[in-house]
Amino acid sequence: MSPAKIGVKIGRGKVITLGHYIAVSGLLFCIGLLGVLIRRSVLIIYMCLELMLTAAALAFVAFSRFNGCIDGQVMVLFIITVAAAEVAVGLGIIVAWFRLQRETDVEGMKHLRF
Amino acid sequence: MSSDPSLVILNAVLFWTLSLGVVSTALLVVVNKNPVGSALSLVATMVLSSMLMIQMGAFFLGVVQVLVYAGAVMVLFLFIIMLLDLRQESSRPISIFGAPIGVVLVGSLGYAIFQVARQFAVGRDVTALSLPEGSDDVRLLGLELFSEHAATVIIVGFLLLVAMVGVIVLCHQPKSESKSGEAK
Repeated sequence: MSPAKIGVKIGRGKVITLGHYIAVSGLLFCIGLLGVLIRRSVLIIYMCLELMLTAAALAFVAFSRFNGCIDGQVMVLFIITVAAAEVAVGLGIIVAWFRLQRETDVEGMKHLRF
Repeated sequence: MSSDPSLVILNAVLFWTLSLGVVSTALLVVVNKNPVGSALSLVATMVLSSMLMIQMGAFFLGVVQVLVYAGAVMVLFLFIIMLLDLRQESSRPISIFGAPIGVVLVGSLGYAIFQVARQFAVGRDVTALSLPEGSDDVRLLGLELFSEHAATVIIVGFLLLVAMVGVIVLCHQPKSESKSGEAK
């Protein structure tokens, strides 16, 4: 634990450690999850999903930098690709749904219940 | 650890500014009543997080993040918002059922992540570490992508193809149906 003590000596706010990046990415993920859980408009829910994916990408980049290994950045590239595909399909579903129901409220989406 | 104290302080100032911006614009995405405002806040979040990535030395990913998210995905979002004409949202944008569950779940998850982050807050400046094998991250990414992860690249390409075909299948309407849909 000697590196931790050095970090405390230099000052908590000055040295930006891996923990700081994890905290920011975790906060971003929590905000996105909060939005997914509490908002009713399905478009806003999709935007919050994007927030969560960005948070994961940020954490991957931070760990990649910390470990000196490029694999995390490759993973982020795949995350971005999957996010783009997911947005395209999701917005297609939203448009198809809007044609049927004239609303984008998730509480109105009860037709797929068994 | 970087020996130059001014560099450390510069990094710290950059990090705190950018992360404050990221978190506040992310909060704006959630609390905004107008979907257009949410989408624009999300653009700001994406640009600021790409700046954080660039600060960590992931130059290529930062640029790709701006191009793909702020450039393509958010334009798609805005296009859909305009297409569906969602200027006015319902009077109750927050779900009564979801709000307490969401706050409790997110609070506990946030506490857990905070504890983990504290474990990793050892005194090494991440941005002062040496970059993985030099600073040429585009070349490294390309080499890794097309040698080690070549099969994954093919699978992801196939996924994009499936997504494209899926969207066309979902949104394509025969002529007669589309006319009755527009008349509605």
